[in-house]
Amino acid sequence: MTKVFIYPTNSLILSDLIERFGHTPLAMMEGVHDKITTIGIDSPPLNITPEDPKYGLKYAAVEVPAGVRGRMSIVGPLIDKAEAAIIVDDAAISFGCMGCARTNELTKFLTRDKDIPVLELVYPYSDAEGKDFVYKIGEFLNSLPKEEQS
Amino acid sequence: MSEKDQRVKVALVSCGSEFAGVQPQLDSAAEQVNAQLIYPEMDISSLDTIEMEFGLQVASADLKLMMARAKAVVEGTAHVDGVFVTSCFRCAEAAIVRNEVRRYIHQNSEIPVISYSFTERTTAATLLTRMEALTTIARRRHLLAREKQSGITVGLDSGSTTTKAAVMRDNKLIGEGWVPTVNVIESARKAYDIALEQSGIKEEDVQAIGTTGYGRFLLGEHFNAQLVQEEITVNSKGAVYLADTQKGPATVIDIGGMDNKAISVEDGIPGMFTMGGICAGASGRFLDMTAKRLGVEITELGKLAVKGMHDKVEMNSYCIVFGIQSLVNSLAQGSAAQDVAAAACHSVVEQIFEQQLQEVEVKEPLILVGGSSLIEGVPKALGDLLKIDVVVPPHSQLIGAIGAALLASGYVEE
Repeated sequence: MTKVFIYPTNSLILSDLIERFGHTPLAMMEGVHDKITTIGIDSPPLNITPEDPKYGLKYAAVEVPAGVRGRMSIVGPLIDKAEAAIIVDDAAISFGCMGCARTNELTKFLTRDKDIPVLELVYPYSDAEGKDFVYKIGEFLNSLPKEEQS
Repeated sequence: MSEKDQRVKVALVSCGSEFAGVQPQLDSAAEQVNAQLIYPEMDISSLDTIEMEFGLQVASADLKLMMARAKAVVEGTAHVDGVFVTSCFRCAEAAIVRNEVRRYIHQNSEIPVISYSFTERTTAATLLTRMEALTTIARRRHLLAREKQSGITVGLDSGSTTTKAAVMRDNKLIGEGWVPTVNVIESARKAYDIALEQSGIKEEDVQAIGTTGYGRFLLGEHFNAQLVQEEITVNSKGAVYLADTQKGPATVIDIGGMDNKAISVEDGIPGMFTMGGICAGASGRFLDMTAKRLGVEITELGKLAVKGMHDKVEMNSYCIVFGIQSLVNSLAQGSAAQDVAAAACHSVVEQIFEQQLQEVEVKEPLILVGGSSLIEGVPKALGDLLKIDVVVPPHSQLIGAIGAALLASGYVEE
């Protein structure tokens, strides 16, 4: 079972495909779930507290806008945990959407820069492209170790 | 139901303030002025077409969302009383969209709109004045329509540097007080007493009190004021009243001791406004420090500046520390005091032009108010820069106090 980071980070389709092939998806939903279920002083639990953009400093310098660093405080740790990644470029908004272009650039860079297997695809816009898209993802996921990695 | 009990709906048009750690501060500021932040509903399919409709292509999906939400507000799909447009400080793409979205809403609707760029350190207190002004415009239009002062009213303006008091009777200023701010209540008491003595009015005869400025809440409670109002509303009202331009468009610039305001006014009601600056280098504080360094009284600085040539001295007070460095360097190189004074005035005005007037549409008359308006070099530098005549109305330094006394008279009849 391999931990696979996805981009767009909130894509339910990608997340589902990874689970179907027996791996663990690393998605934004998981990061947000952790935030709102971790017991803290914020009530109700908030997605991003004023402290989070400071955690984001691990991934982006202080002159990078707070919104980018706040997003990176969730996405960054997911990339850190990743053992493989799938990046889908130019996706339709309904496939999964990352709101901030600067965060997207940094997310994709950090993923590519990591020494892990990365499958990079362009979003399909026809049936034939769609089938090929799923086939390539399946092939990639089948190539990843199914056993627990250390 | 009183005005304050009326909950005002403010559309939050942002590209993800909830990701920047600033959302609790936005909610808190809104709550303090009894406003509710709402996210305007829009059709998800509009995200595919909004760029071409708006004419602005962007890379960030959340900026498309901003434009689509602005469109929903303008077209009335979302029913709101005001709009708060906000994005991250230092994001160039968002700054372009934020500016255009604000302009679009302003040009295509009557809904008051303000914009702000935040960092994760933005506090509710910073946002409060802006949010208060926005909700006042939405909630108290009838109060802002007041053109004459009536009865005996007092305005107290607790500014960062000075505290001002004005006593008015039947549309005339009959007493004024102006003291440095030390302790908020004590300084106000002193200014109030001076103004009362000058007016010959007894305190018990005062029918209504209005407070404004940084210390407005404290003064409002202490003096049992009928009106406690932020300075954007009060100063724009006071400026058009003093300049006798209550009808039609006007632009008000208030250079305060700690910050500046640029307000676009229509029929005495503020529309777009900005509140700056980044550093005290763009405020009266820098002029005060310049006067001290030149060894002249602040009241003499303006006269000196009018005689000088600003372009003989290189000065950029974008940061007050660097500004003082330029000042010291230029004096050390033998620059004449009048040229340095002129450069200081020009530098303050240049920053207001670069940082604030780019966001507010300048429509004549341009009314300059606040203590710095009395430094002759400042209106001159502003007029030279904008190539228009700058109006400095009488008693411009008392703008907040007079505006508060004028608006407070709305409570005399009540």
